[in-house]
Amino acid sequence: MSGTDFELRLQVEELHARYAHALDNDELERWPEFFTANGRYRITTAENEARGLPLPVLYAEGHGMLRDRVASLRHANIYEPQRYRHMVSNVLVEADGAGVKSVATFLVVRIMENGEAMLFASGRYVDRISRGEMRYEERVVICDSRRFDTLLAIPL
Amino acid sequence: MLERSWPAEGATRVPYWVYQDEDIYREEQRRIFLGPAWNYLGLEAELAEPGSYITTFVGEMPVVVTRDMQGELHAFENRCAHRGALIAMHARGRAERFNCIYHNWTYDHAGNLTHVAFRKGIGGKGGMASDAKPESQAPKKLRVEALHGIVFGTLSESTPPLAQYIGPQILPRLARVMIKPVKLLGTYTQVLPNNWKLYMDNVKDTYHASLLHVFFTRFRINRLTQKGGVFVSADGAHHCTYTEMVEDRGDAYEAGGMRSAGGAHDFRLEAPELLEQVDELGDNVAIQILSLFPGFVLHQIRNSLATRQVVPKGIDRTELHWTLFGFADDDEAMLRRRLLQANLVGPAGYISMEDGAATGFVQRGVAASPDRASVIEMGGAAIGSGDSRVTETAVRGLWKAWRSYMQV
Repeated sequence: MSGTDFELRLQVEELHARYAHALDNDELERWPEFFTANGRYRITTAENEARGLPLPVLYAEGHGMLRDRVASLRHANIYEPQRYRHMVSNVLVEADGAGVKSVATFLVVRIMENGEAMLFASGRYVDRISRGEMRYEERVVICDSRRFDTLLAIPL
Repeated sequence: MLERSWPAEGATRVPYWVYQDEDIYREEQRRIFLGPAWNYLGLEAELAEPGSYITTFVGEMPVVVTRDMQGELHAFENRCAHRGALIAMHARGRAERFNCIYHNWTYDHAGNLTHVAFRKGIGGKGGMASDAKPESQAPKKLRVEALHGIVFGTLSESTPPLAQYIGPQILPRLARVMIKPVKLLGTYTQVLPNNWKLYMDNVKDTYHASLLHVFFTRFRINRLTQKGGVFVSADGAHHCTYTEMVEDRGDAYEAGGMRSAGGAHDFRLEAPELLEQVDELGDNVAIQILSLFPGFVLHQIRNSLATRQVVPKGIDRTELHWTLFGFADDDEAMLRRRLLQANLVGPAGYISMEDGAATGFVQRGVAASPDRASVIEMGGAAIGSGDSRVTETAVRGLWKAWRSYMQV
């Protein structure tokens, strides 16, 4: 691994880490900033991906839709107080022309206000990252399971 | 017999033991899901090819649904005649025949036992006696009917034909959505922390939609002041509610101080294209929610189309199997619209994520009060169709049907 590759890997891992901390610290307003202006975010399941079916569980493209999701969570949707704890690991990084591709695995523990904690989701982040901005051009969240407990409010 | 008595008020009360009792839960399996009711099995589009199959549930019974090599649909219990193991273990696939993995007993697409491995033994030793009757424990077969591309099954000979079961009030509302061959977009499961009937209550509750689901109201997608109505089948079992596409400009919610109106906070979408609807069904309906007893829902929310299958998993656990679809002739713009509007529904749905929370709150809230009851008096005590949605008429219909099946 060359020095440049090593630096790139650190930058990508730093991006994934800052993203996870922002969500886990309830800094949802910062979430759109992790994406480029036209960046796309999509949650799907491994089953739908394997079958070539396009259905998202959640989909947004561009800062407007990402901010709408946050505004709705803050001001419209009703859900019990809850937090996530992300564990992101096994990060692969590959330079791809002007951009970067990354695949990483995640676990998300969901902690309810009464202390109940469960393994809420596991899966892969499949990302395209703008090398200049170090933001996601596309983040696809592929959940291993097709089941979602009660509701998925906070983004993964 | 069930040792339970219904509150004297009748249709306007639902006692909380209906969501809590193991005995009730067990009896529901027998009297409703395995009884004279049509249960949703899947879409014909999921069984397009001869030899294809899917596995699903009727109540707690695991079921295989197949299309045989001649194109005929079948459904049978996913239980081997021999030792009771699952016959098909995959969610879906294609098969020439079904081999139970345990001892390789074989079934055809109709669920007939066609081969017992080493039935006559080997070399004159072992095997079954010539008068053995393993077929006596064969998997149960369902009667199957497909209507407008949707496949249903029933285990009872006494269930009326499907169209008659759905009835003339609701059937045209189902047909208006299923106008063309369907294309599957994807599936997922939402696990709900409550009794299955609390979800059906919720679906049939036209009163809650714009009060719980703030997203609806803030963006004036669906308010009770908009033109719409509710249809209830004669037996109360099935319902359909709809809202027309006309934008509501009234201020009944603001004047009433409803939380859902949002008060001083002016909440606007930065990307309203998410909600843009094309009137593909040609009747100016923005939202239609249709339910069939016991556990089937068909929705049209703008250009989002889906079936929802309610699968009971115990007194306080329910799985909701969502299948979102479009039509086979959708162009790219329509596909994009449907995928954007997928944001409205499912576990992360802008307008459906609250349902799981609300029904779970009831399950938890009533924990110590099986002797108390829900108050279901919006719209009086009547059960029937009407042009107001400030009513709980369809909820009362559900309980009328449930009591008839359960004889309580």
